[in-house]
Amino acid sequence: MRALQRLFTRVLNFPSRGRGDERLREEIESHLAAQTEENIRAGMTPQEAHRQARLKLGSVEAVRADYHAEAGLPFLDSLLMDVRYALRLLRKSPGFTLVVLLTLMLGIGVNVVVCGVINAILLHPLGVSDPSSLYQIRHQQWMSGHALTTSYPAFDDFRQRNTTFSGMVGINAYSRAELVWRKAELEVAGYEVTGNYFDVLGVQPEVGQFFRATDEHGPGSAPFVVLSDSLWREAFNADPGVVGTTVELNKHPFTVVGVAPKQFHGTEQFEWPNYWIPIVNEEQVEGEDYLASRKGVAVTVIGRLKPGVTAQQATENLNAIAAELGKEYPESDDGQPLRLIHPGLQGDQGDVIRGFLYSVTVLAVLVLLAACANLATLFAARATDRSRELALRAALGSSRQRLVKQLLTEAIVVSLMGGAAGLLTAYFLLGLLGRWYPDLGHLAVNADARVYLAGVALTLGSALLFGMAPAGQAWKISPLQIIKGGPIDPMPLRRVALRDLLLGVQIAICTLLVTASLVAVQGMVYALHVPMGFQPQGALLVEMDLRRAEQEGDLALEKQKEIIEALRGIPGVITVGAVSRTPMTGGLHGIPIFPPGTTEFRLKNSVLAAYLFIMSPGYLDAAGTRLLRGRDFSWYDTTETPYVAIVNETFARKMWGETPAIGQHFIVWGHLTEVVGITQDGKYHDLQEPPQPVVYLALSQDEDEHAIFVVRSLRTPAEIAAALEPALSSIEPNVPINVESWYHSLEYYVLFPARAATAALGVMGLLAAMLAVTGIFGMAAYSVSRRTKELGIRVALGARAMHVLSAAVGRPMALLGVGSAVGLLSGVFASRLLEQIVYQANPRDPLVVAGAVVTMVILGIAAAAIPALRALAVDPSKLLREE
Amino acid sequence: MKPKRDVQPGTLALMILKTLDLLGPLHGYGIARRIEKISGDLLSVNQGTLYPVLLRLEQEGAIASEWAPSENNRRARFYRLTRAGHKLLATEKRDWEQTAAIIARFFDVKPGDLA
Repeated sequence: MRALQRLFTRVLNFPSRGRGDERLREEIESHLAAQTEENIRAGMTPQEAHRQARLKLGSVEAVRADYHAEAGLPFLDSLLMDVRYALRLLRKSPGFTLVVLLTLMLGIGVNVVVCGVINAILLHPLGVSDPSSLYQIRHQQWMSGHALTTSYPAFDDFRQRNTTFSGMVGINAYSRAELVWRKAELEVAGYEVTGNYFDVLGVQPEVGQFFRATDEHGPGSAPFVVLSDSLWREAFNADPGVVGTTVELNKHPFTVVGVAPKQFHGTEQFEWPNYWIPIVNEEQVEGEDYLASRKGVAVTVIGRLKPGVTAQQATENLNAIAAELGKEYPESDDGQPLRLIHPGLQGDQGDVIRGFLYSVTVLAVLVLLAACANLATLFAARATDRSRELALRAALGSSRQRLVKQLLTEAIVVSLMGGAAGLLTAYFLLGLLGRWYPDLGHLAVNADARVYLAGVALTLGSALLFGMAPAGQAWKISPLQIIKGGPIDPMPLRRVALRDLLLGVQIAICTLLVTASLVAVQGMVYALHVPMGFQPQGALLVEMDLRRAEQEGDLALEKQKEIIEALRGIPGVITVGAVSRTPMTGGLHGIPIFPPGTTEFRLKNSVLAAYLFIMSPGYLDAAGTRLLRGRDFSWYDTTETPYVAIVNETFARKMWGETPAIGQHFIVWGHLTEVVGITQDGKYHDLQEPPQPVVYLALSQDEDEHAIFVVRSLRTPAEIAAALEPALSSIEPNVPINVESWYHSLEYYVLFPARAATAALGVMGLLAAMLAVTGIFGMAAYSVSRRTKELGIRVALGARAMHVLSAAVGRPMALLGVGSAVGLLSGVFASRLLEQIVYQANPRDPLVVAGAVVTMVILGIAAAAIPALRALAVDPSKLLREE
Repeated sequence: MKPKRDVQPGTLALMILKTLDLLGPLHGYGIARRIEKISGDLLSVNQGTLYPVLLRLEQEGAIASEWAPSENNRRARFYRLTRAGHKLLATEKRDWEQTAAIIARFFDVKPGDLA
């Protein structure tokens, strides 16, 4: 209680410290006067009386210090003093301060950005209730892209028969529509979901209500739409009155029933659907009915486990059902076992994404460590420079704790400033990321308190880390030695000083990072040059939705022919072809291939599951896919003539081995089909896939209303679009046309991960290179400036330039060599880590090793050049006159 | 000559309280003089050390102070005991006597007593 009262008084006293001083002075004066008077009365001379009075009182300074300690908060007092002193010192050497602040800003900024991204991707909840009991159902074999699970009827069977899930929803996440509201037209993308979707996910509407399972009464019975918060705000001006009104989706009326809450965007971190409609009404938007067919893979299945049921039990339950279905529907259901994963990160991509993020985190922490080593070197060097000052203070009675505290305060002040700059930078970068909407999807990066707390913790942690070096030096200081010995600079050549060790560590880490970024660049180059089996460069994709124009069957085929002719007629166009879908746009799954003579089309009887493309004559040419043997399709291959197919090498090898494939037969989609051509292999789903069997069917025999036209031309998309408009208006007016460069459209889907990895690792490598340069430069410059006198004497005694150089920058160079070697070796050992991040990463590649060595040598030379020149320019006569 | 003894830490505050209790309001110099006198010049008080202790006691609320003219018309700060101070003195005195009694007993013990 008393202690508390005292603390309170002290805090109150704190701002008025000066007045206490005044009071003590007055009291001591009156005390001395009284004592002197008494001494005079005792018979002393006035001088003697005064002297004796002072002696009796004791050391006024010590009393004042005690008095202060009692009056205020000595800890805070000295802290303020230290902070002020630290700021003064930093102001005195702006160059040093700038380097330190920049280093910290980069080191901490990088880490906070990485933390923010991890927070957003891995830790940020999906806005659904209890995400841990929510599972996405996947097939064991990776057959159908990243997301889709089964056909809708199969999903319905799983939903009805399982005993382990409290709810199971089916989602088609590929819904696209033209939304019309009060004459405003808008292209939107959304989800078609089963009626129980919102109830199973446990989401409450922001406005209005959601549709439920009870609203579904067969196909077309629930023309309702739920809007996303962002669509509601952008297109409907956040008007709550929109609930109950009717909008058009692909020319069909839908009633807006509610708006989803702001933080809810389905079950995928990167996807932000604009709307949700009941899956029973999908035909109105899609134009085709996928609810009845067991053959297509139409829905992603997500289920919520019943309380107490483990994922293992649920998997067994589902597998039993899958086996039953395989028996009941042998033509369509293959009874493949299933497995459960947590939804959110593009299906199985989650592992890849997580691995990548963890690796990047490790690298970011390494950058910060290198930065700390750098700063520790700088601070230790400064502490050595200040050793006289520190020794003097120790000699005057300052305690070691006090000195250490002061040096640590300096480190913390600097790192708080640097950390604040880093946090600010990270804030802007994360904001930028959060506002970035690539085609691939959008990531809600909202840096919350957790992220910034991590930033502050990193700041203080690094301050302690690099503050230790000078503090350790101050602790060992011996005032006598230093005051006696004049400017000390032992720099003992044989002893490895702490500074050397730090620089070595820093260079090793930097080499590792430089190696990593070189590996990333190499991986990127490989990714760009991997044989994809087609040439997206110099080709354009022309897309127009003839389905919208309600063209069916033969008529659609005729239109497509006309469009191809029109495109071919445009000057500058080399070749044109049409294809059902271009490679690497997802959505592929294996189509069963049966041997000739099969009568029962059970999946068990199929010999191969191949990717299937439908194409027009000329597509292979336009796409740049080489036809190795045989012939291309022609328009004369019709439903009246024998069915023909072109297969790729893998298909031919898997089916017929060494036997020539041309002229062989197989059954696909119920037609006996003859192989007429063989194409080169390629990549169809993603760059990482092993060689896949592929079959191409003729557009003129299996018409597909939705075709993409591939145009090989040297002209730009805009020019082609402009030339196309008049040519097409006569064939098919009022159909929106979309023309884009094939290469650019691929960039997002295929090259984006490699790009992102390269960018991330490239930035880290760049930072590391900068740190290496500042570290070596700092060390070399420092060593030269400390030893100017010695170098001058050497020059005066006739030392050669080589000797001067080796004396001046030999040590940093030696450290560079050792550190780089260690870094390279660890890079090779960390290759597993790097392989996770970068496609075809190989740190053992001699090119990479050579690149890293050359980079480090160049960095070393660049960093040491100025100090070395300065050392060579030492003029002994001038120097000796100075001292 | 036997060196004078230093004041044991903590005891100076008790001496100040007792002095003020006996003599009523006093200034710093007066307190120092009294302590010296009472101890029979056995204790050498480094007189300056008195002031931080006075400040602490005042912050704890045991004493209060104000400026007033001294006996020979000089301005001096006079300290007096507060109620809390009286109470503090009483508890401290009891504690001190208890400690002294315990220590005294230990010194009085002879080997026979423990048998």
